[in-house]
Amino acid sequence: MDALIEKLKTQIIEQLNLAEVKPADINPDAPLFGDGLGLDSIDALELIVLLEKHYGIKIQDPKDGKTIFQSVRTMAEYIKSQGKS
Amino acid sequence: MDTTITTYTRIRRQGILSNDQLFYEHNGEAATFAGDAYKHLQLSYPKFHKMDLLCKAGLLATETALKDHASFQSLDMSRVAIVLANRASSLETDRQHQRSISDKSNYFPSPAVFVYTLPNIVIGEIAIKYKITGENAFFVCEHFDAALLHDYAETLLKSEHTDAVLAGWTDVDQGLTDTLIYLVERSTDSNKNTNFKPHSFETINQLYTL
Repeated sequence: MDALIEKLKTQIIEQLNLAEVKPADINPDAPLFGDGLGLDSIDALELIVLLEKHYGIKIQDPKDGKTIFQSVRTMAEYIKSQGKS
Repeated sequence: MDTTITTYTRIRRQGILSNDQLFYEHNGEAATFAGDAYKHLQLSYPKFHKMDLLCKAGLLATETALKDHASFQSLDMSRVAIVLANRASSLETDRQHQRSISDKSNYFPSPAVFVYTLPNIVIGEIAIKYKITGENAFFVCEHFDAALLHDYAETLLKSEHTDAVLAGWTDVDQGLTDTLIYLVERSTDSNKNTNFKPHSFETINQLYTL
């Protein structure tokens, strides 16, 4: 799980152009939206693209996004649960 | 009504000239210009890195023009207008988006790229950064048109709703930026007595040829 979390951090930084953020700056349990990384609605769409592009996962129900994208850890757990890690 | 250009910035050939001073000279690859200029300006605005080059150029020019223009902050931002124009519209980003959708077997359009496939987004980015909420307009022209920019700004300044106009040209094509941003205000005793420039076709053309 830790290796997947670290990989995800790098992919998020690259996909979202977070040029001033380093993987070590991202707390895997911190909220991705709001107080955490301060991502916006376009970033949310980019995270959906990231899951599809790198892990072949399509989120069928947009309501699931709120749980999946809560933090880097919840993203990693979701990827594992889909057997795609 | 006399009007004055109270500050300006010209970005051309990857160098930044502001108010007759060379502010930044870039000797590296064109692709690193915006990021290196951002560092040189010591900006702290993470959103910058998500923007396309057109928005980055507009923001860099605006920031350079306004950073030492103390009186700008005293303006009522609901009475500041933004009027910009260019030739290539958002073509650079349009091409990038087109590349991401041209291969049906590798079809991953980026929402973060797609949002910049309109040229007037640069106005939005400048307005957000400086909390400007006045009138705005973006024109796509075949070539730099000083008369259009001049006349539109003058019309706004003659109205009861505008005290200053951030105007200019910002064009990006093939990775190269061609940007002139300037601020037009009604002439006052204080801004007439310094080295500010009269707002005229001639001045705008002179600044563009720098």
